[in-house]
Amino acid sequence: MKGTIEIEVKDLNFYYSGDIHALQNISFPIFKNKVTALIGPSGCGKTTLLRCFNRMHDLYPKHRYEGEILFQDRNILSNNIDLINLRSRIGMVFQKPTPFPMSIAENIAYGLRLKGIRSKSELVGRIEEALKHAALWTEVRDKLNESAYELSGGQQQRLVIARALAVEPEVLLFDEPTSALDPISTSKIEELVASLKKDVTIIIVTHNMQQAARVSDMTGFLYMGELIEYGTTEKIFTNPDNKQTDDYITGRFG
Amino acid sequence: MDNSRKHNYFDLLFASVTAVASFTVIIFIIGIVAVLFNESSLAIGRFGVVNFLTSTVWDPVKGIFGAATTIYGTVVTTVFALLFSIPTAIGIAIFVTEIAPNFLKTPIGVAIELLAAIPSIIYGMWGLFTLAPIMSRYVEPALKASIGKLPYLGFLFQGNPMGIDLLTASSILAIMIIPFTASIARDSFNLTPSVVKESAYAIGATRWEVVKNVVLPYSKLGIFGGAALSLGRALGETMAVAFVLGNNHRIATSLLDAASTITVSLANEFTEADTDLYLSSLYYLALILFVMSFVILAVSKYFLLKAERKYSR
Repeated sequence: MKGTIEIEVKDLNFYYSGDIHALQNISFPIFKNKVTALIGPSGCGKTTLLRCFNRMHDLYPKHRYEGEILFQDRNILSNNIDLINLRSRIGMVFQKPTPFPMSIAENIAYGLRLKGIRSKSELVGRIEEALKHAALWTEVRDKLNESAYELSGGQQQRLVIARALAVEPEVLLFDEPTSALDPISTSKIEELVASLKKDVTIIIVTHNMQQAARVSDMTGFLYMGELIEYGTTEKIFTNPDNKQTDDYITGRFG
Repeated sequence: MDNSRKHNYFDLLFASVTAVASFTVIIFIIGIVAVLFNESSLAIGRFGVVNFLTSTVWDPVKGIFGAATTIYGTVVTTVFALLFSIPTAIGIAIFVTEIAPNFLKTPIGVAIELLAAIPSIIYGMWGLFTLAPIMSRYVEPALKASIGKLPYLGFLFQGNPMGIDLLTASSILAIMIIPFTASIARDSFNLTPSVVKESAYAIGATRWEVVKNVVLPYSKLGIFGGAALSLGRALGETMAVAFVLGNNHRIATSLLDAASTITVSLANEFTEADTDLYLSSLYYLALILFVMSFVILAVSKYFLLKAERKYSR
């Protein structure tokens, strides 16, 4: 499978505080408008890798990046990158739903206001658009002013996705977005992910191999901080080149 | 068998000792309340409840006593102390939890704890010899010349700037309670789940936006509880206030006037109480202070517990 390259990871090394070498010499391309899944056993570095793309590690002290991550030909690991701007272009959805302590509508308006959108009518329109985009509109249209905590876990997660979509990011990072959800909510999120890729490039970390097989176009298998194998999802799951990959996807370890 | 019985016996002894230690506390509380009631019964009988609470007369010579002036002084000094300290304390807590680089967090935390460790008598001395002259020479004349000339707010800054007054007392109290409010505010901020903060950063929020819209709403209850706890401490504070408030039984409308609080009256007047009624009235004041502190402590505990239950999952 080929396509336009959205993000190019080049010789990426990442160290947590205390020189823990969490990612080792990682290089691979991420294609535009595709879903890229990162799989691997716990502690393999897949979430660490994901959090490099929006520089989430920068919130905590004493980490170190080496190498490059080129996003539309600019190295986002360089010191003079505007993190606020970067994070509005590369959004993120977390393991647990993380609604803010405000109403459903305000949760989405929050990100829009950060982008400088103040006009009331524009906000209302963009809130509806984002909720429709995240397949949540019909369920919440009558209670936009109620607290976001009133929603179920699956609805909260779709609200968070709507919030991330509202600021029109080019890339969306998903960190095990369904690990706290029931099977029905999970399948709704998976359908949503599949439908979103026409607008955004998606990178999804999951410990659920079936999920990776269902939603992704490309898959990377990480183990002990290294990218063992990267290729089309079809190839990784049917005929991997590497024995470790084969062992992992057939459930022999991990 | 013998050995295990010995064990059981020892365990029972151990349990009893800890139980006795705990029940002692309850016995003390009951004893203190009983003494307050008993000793103040003469004054309660003479002046009643509503009359004592609302009367502004405090005349030991004629033997007429009312609590309104001292309650007023107590409430005004504590309210202004809170007004001065809460913004500072929240600022400290935000800086320490969200903004300060790691190498600064510990020294600032230690400095705040040291502020709490200074005995209140030292605050009092410092207030009398250092703060009061500064207030009377520079701060109060400036306030009088500026805010004192404004309509509506002007009445707060009238009279002779002596430095021994409500404003100085409130300032001292504020400095004393900052550590309590700040450390509780900091703990409340830390109740905000880091993943929620991260997700605010993840859509491009700045630190100010994260604090304002995510951390503060999460910590509201905790900050409220912390403020109430500090209020309780400010209410009962005697030594620092006694030095700089002047013990003047009247309703002072200006912050530049001397006044009295319940604690200050008690500290100053027990030795002068030459009649049974005078002494009994002082006990009555003490009883009122006890009830006020108790209610405020109960309210603050309620909010702190509620905050913890709501967010720490």
